[in-house]
Amino acid sequence: MTASLRHTWYMSQRQMLMLFRQPVWIAITLIQPVIWILLYGQAWKQVTQLGAFGTNNYLTYLTPGIVVMTALFSGGWSGFGLIEDINHGVMDRFLVTPASRGSIIFGRMVQLAIIAAIQSAILLLIGFLTGADYSTVFGLMVLILAGILLGAIFGALSNAMSVVVRKEETVIAAVNFIILPLTFLSTVFLPEERLGAGWIRTFARFNPVDWAVEAGRRAVFPDPDWALISGRLGLLAVLAVACSLLATRAFRAYQRSV
Amino acid sequence: MDLAIEAQGLVKTYPRDVRALDGLDLSVRTGTVFGMLGPNGAGKSTTVKILTTLSRPDAGQARVAGFDVLRQPDEVRRAIGVVGQRSGVDRDATGRENLRLQGQLFGMRGKDLERRATELLERFGLAEAGGRIVKTYSGGMQRRLDIALGLVHEPQVLFLDEPTTGLDPEVRADMWAEIRRLTAEHGITIFLTTHYLEEADALTERLVIVDRGKIVAAGTAEELKGELRGDAIHVELAEPERDGEVTRALETLGDVREIQVDGQTLRARTDDGARAVPVVLQALEAHGVRVASVTVSRPSLDDVYLRHTGRSFTEAESAAAAEDQERQKHQEARR
Repeated sequence: MTASLRHTWYMSQRQMLMLFRQPVWIAITLIQPVIWILLYGQAWKQVTQLGAFGTNNYLTYLTPGIVVMTALFSGGWSGFGLIEDINHGVMDRFLVTPASRGSIIFGRMVQLAIIAAIQSAILLLIGFLTGADYSTVFGLMVLILAGILLGAIFGALSNAMSVVVRKEETVIAAVNFIILPLTFLSTVFLPEERLGAGWIRTFARFNPVDWAVEAGRRAVFPDPDWALISGRLGLLAVLAVACSLLATRAFRAYQRSV
Repeated sequence: MDLAIEAQGLVKTYPRDVRALDGLDLSVRTGTVFGMLGPNGAGKSTTVKILTTLSRPDAGQARVAGFDVLRQPDEVRRAIGVVGQRSGVDRDATGRENLRLQGQLFGMRGKDLERRATELLERFGLAEAGGRIVKTYSGGMQRRLDIALGLVHEPQVLFLDEPTTGLDPEVRADMWAEIRRLTAEHGITIFLTTHYLEEADALTERLVIVDRGKIVAAGTAEELKGELRGDAIHVELAEPERDGEVTRALETLGDVREIQVDGQTLRARTDDGARAVPVVLQALEAHGVRVASVTVSRPSLDDVYLRHTGRSFTEAESAAAAEDQERQKHQEARR
């Protein structure tokens, strides 16, 4: 067990190093959400007058949504590196060492969690500087945790899919096809009451993106409903474990196909 | 006898009924360089994958460094170093970082690991490049780093799967020198696959020739060549044979054996090439066969290959390449 943990840490260190060598990638992953906060936050300033936002400040409403959305996207893209490792023979090199098999997938998940936490902190800082308003630091940590859990779910799915299809184009298409609708059919931008058609509201209730946004946002708003928040976090955690199991299964299938 | 590798009856079939291995037996003595020679698609890489625990055979068993590859894969992994056909280095990391992670996965840590990394970088002429991202390395440098990675934990058995494929001749010569140095200095067992005849000839003590998943010949390079007894005569005819007149012309000569005519190419074998050539030319002329060129050579591994598989090495290579293309087309179509 300790060897597995150590290997997982070595693998995530490798991932972190790789990431920090690509400053462009870091910039892009941050510029996008920042644009959301700055542009969208300003342009839709008046939207809170519709009511049901729980605040008059749209930035306060939007920023937690963007934090969760960013973690979601990081998770979605996380499988790409795996395809590259397979294509370049790096994967096979690891598999003929005593490296714990699980560390190959879980190393990526740990890196994903660290990156999501850093991104979240930066976005919250930007939100805060532009006028978003939050009650407690503990609430902010719960928000970040919700983002990480969501990132883990989609990270595991992305890794599972990458290891099975082994084609970047296919994964890009699938990720876009799944992630965008899930984002827009959630309360990232608008509260449930303003989502329009009833079926969207029903869908949102079963949408893990919505679970994360709801849990995270409620945690940073005044008078949090902790029962509801921990319920949603629990659902996210269960789903994250299930998806990780799926990813390790997919990985075993890969090993058999070598 | 102390065996580093032993395998019996290895069978591996891939989807679409590609039988990569068809009952393969091996035994490699500790401390020797063992070569597996064959064209692409003969089953070399599949053998390496099974012996290095990457892939499981459908049937058969194998032991490497005394451990069973199916039942004790972790022990096998600790005892072996593998340099794959494709470079497995992390191209976004530096040479030293690659070595460091590799060592960590084998349980090495701290100062010992750093010292080992420095030692390997120096030894493989990468001391200055060690801090640079691998993407900036030349092909030869990358290949040397591959080998360094395989050696971090001082393995007992080193697998080199086509280590010089795709390298230019100069770099290949360096690589040969490196491989020779490894065995001379460290007494490590090396399992080398190659599709270069001259490489197997130059580097290996014992070798097997594989064709279509089976071993067709085994022995030292000298033994294998010696089996062929005598020199090879190779005649290019001015025009293709019409109806067996070439064979008829040579059959009666007595000391010319193994006559094979293939289009405009005539191959035969004789005890003394220099003496046989004028006799052969005379006989051909007498039967009205015009000759474009004649060469006499000592037996080569190419001849060994031809003798055991019924086709020349180059033919087998191009056939394999064609099959490979066909398979890729199928895979593309499936997607």
